Amino acid sequence: MRIFDPHIHMTSRTTDDYERMAAAGVRALVEPAFWLGQPRTSAASFVDYFDSLVGWEPFRAAQFGIRHHATIALNPKEANDPRCREVLDLLPRYLDKDGVVAVGEVGYDSMTPEEDEVFAAQLALAVEHELPAMVHTPHRDKARGTERSLAVIAESGLEPGRVVIDHLNEVTVPLVRDTGCWLGFSIYPETKMSPPRMVELLRKYGTERMLVNSAADWGRSDPLLTRATGEAMLAAGFGDDDVDQVLWRNPVEFYGQSGRLDLGADEASGETGPGTFEGNSILRGGS
Amino acid sequence: MEPEPELERLRAALLAVPDGRLPDRDWLTEALARVGSEPAALGRLFAAAGRRCGREPLPDLPDWTADDAARVLLLAALPPTELPGQAETCYRHGDAAEKRAVLRALPLLPAVGDAGVPLLHDAIRTNDTRLVSAALGPYADRLDQAAWRQAVLKCVFTGIPLSAVSGLDRRADAELTTMLAGFADERRAAGRDMPADATALLDRLSVLHRSGTPARSGAEEA
Repeated sequence: MRIFDPHIHMTSRTTDDYERMAAAGVRALVEPAFWLGQPRTSAASFVDYFDSLVGWEPFRAAQFGIRHHATIALNPKEANDPRCREVLDLLPRYLDKDGVVAVGEVGYDSMTPEEDEVFAAQLALAVEHELPAMVHTPHRDKARGTERSLAVIAESGLEPGRVVIDHLNEVTVPLVRDTGCWLGFSIYPETKMSPPRMVELLRKYGTERMLVNSAADWGRSDPLLTRATGEAMLAAGFGDDDVDQVLWRNPVEFYGQSGRLDLGADEASGETGPGTFEGNSILRGGS
Repeated sequence: MEPEPELERLRAALLAVPDGRLPDRDWLTEALARVGSEPAALGRLFAAAGRRCGREPLPDLPDWTADDAARVLLLAALPPTELPGQAETCYRHGDAAEKRAVLRALPLLPAVGDAGVPLLHDAIRTNDTRLVSAALGPYADRLDQAAWRQAVLKCVFTGIPLSAVSGLDRRADAELTTMLAGFADERRAAGRDMPADATALLDRLSVLHRSGTPARSGAEEA
């Protein structure tokens, strides 16, 4: 089972996790820039964080044979802190980097006017830098937050097919399914989504445009729940090809739209090869 | 290694990559012309060089990857007075691959002068083996002896082949011999091996510096 975790905060994880993930089949991942638990007090603190996402963290991942990519943004929670607003001016330089495959996590936390402004400004950056966007949906007032996010996206001019709406659940899936946006699901030990519930959603809505992630971070979370979901799919009667689509080909297709995915030798290792996407190293052939 | 011919070799090797999607020769030609007349354009071009020119080793110069070569040529295309400042910005604002390219460019760009020395110190402080090894080329002659010895030990400790260190035998001194011997003792006590290249270096140095207490060259320690 080859796995691409499209959303995991490795900065908060140990090398033991990398080792276990590699053993479980994780070969590539995307680490979105987000909140670190402790609020930051200046834009300079974000510089160090972003530098790590395009420097140290990919190096660490590579020690375990895992390809690391990032999404970069000012997250909605800290968008409310005026001390962090200057981060918006730093983003263009990071959005030019090879390892940056989307703008994100953007979206809403408490749905304030500040969040509106920062969300819209960052979707405009995605258009300008020709990158997809990863949209976080709020934990509180989720359904209305999702609807409002979809409205902002529609206004942005960003193609729905270049947007993933993340942390969805049974209530919010129907809002997104017909918009053309991709659907992201964070499988958590307790909150958000569980493997059996995820399997039910895949039965009901199919495997197209569905992204399954562990969203593992500094809270209670488990980087192996992508694998557990794949196994739950198989146990429920899905085939190997369905699992490969959800856990590998879908994230490759979504983030491949950046033209910057670098999957190296993994391109050739699949029996069911990934599609081709302009500019990505999956085009480079190989053994 | 004379800088000018080396730059020419890099350019030739990059352009000699068999025709394919990469390197994008039109992009490269335009980018090189543009940084000459508009140095401020360098940042975005420098970041895009891997996507535009590829990241594979050059068939004619396998020690160089296409992205490193393209980035070195971009820096070399700057007006010389812009070079020290721009090299620093590209390093400070760069991802790991951009930083590596700046470090590899330093010995090939005399107009940088000593402005790259703080970048070497930064690279050697990291634990990223790609950066540490790129920092130890010929430009590392400008490092003071104490920093240089620490960098050599760091290579041994982190498993970087000592072939990355330019002028190793020329510069290795009694103090480095003592440091390596101490490291070998620790490894032996722990029941672990030294890397073979470090053991070989220690053997060579021990013959040269066998006599008495290691020399401490005070002037260079400042």
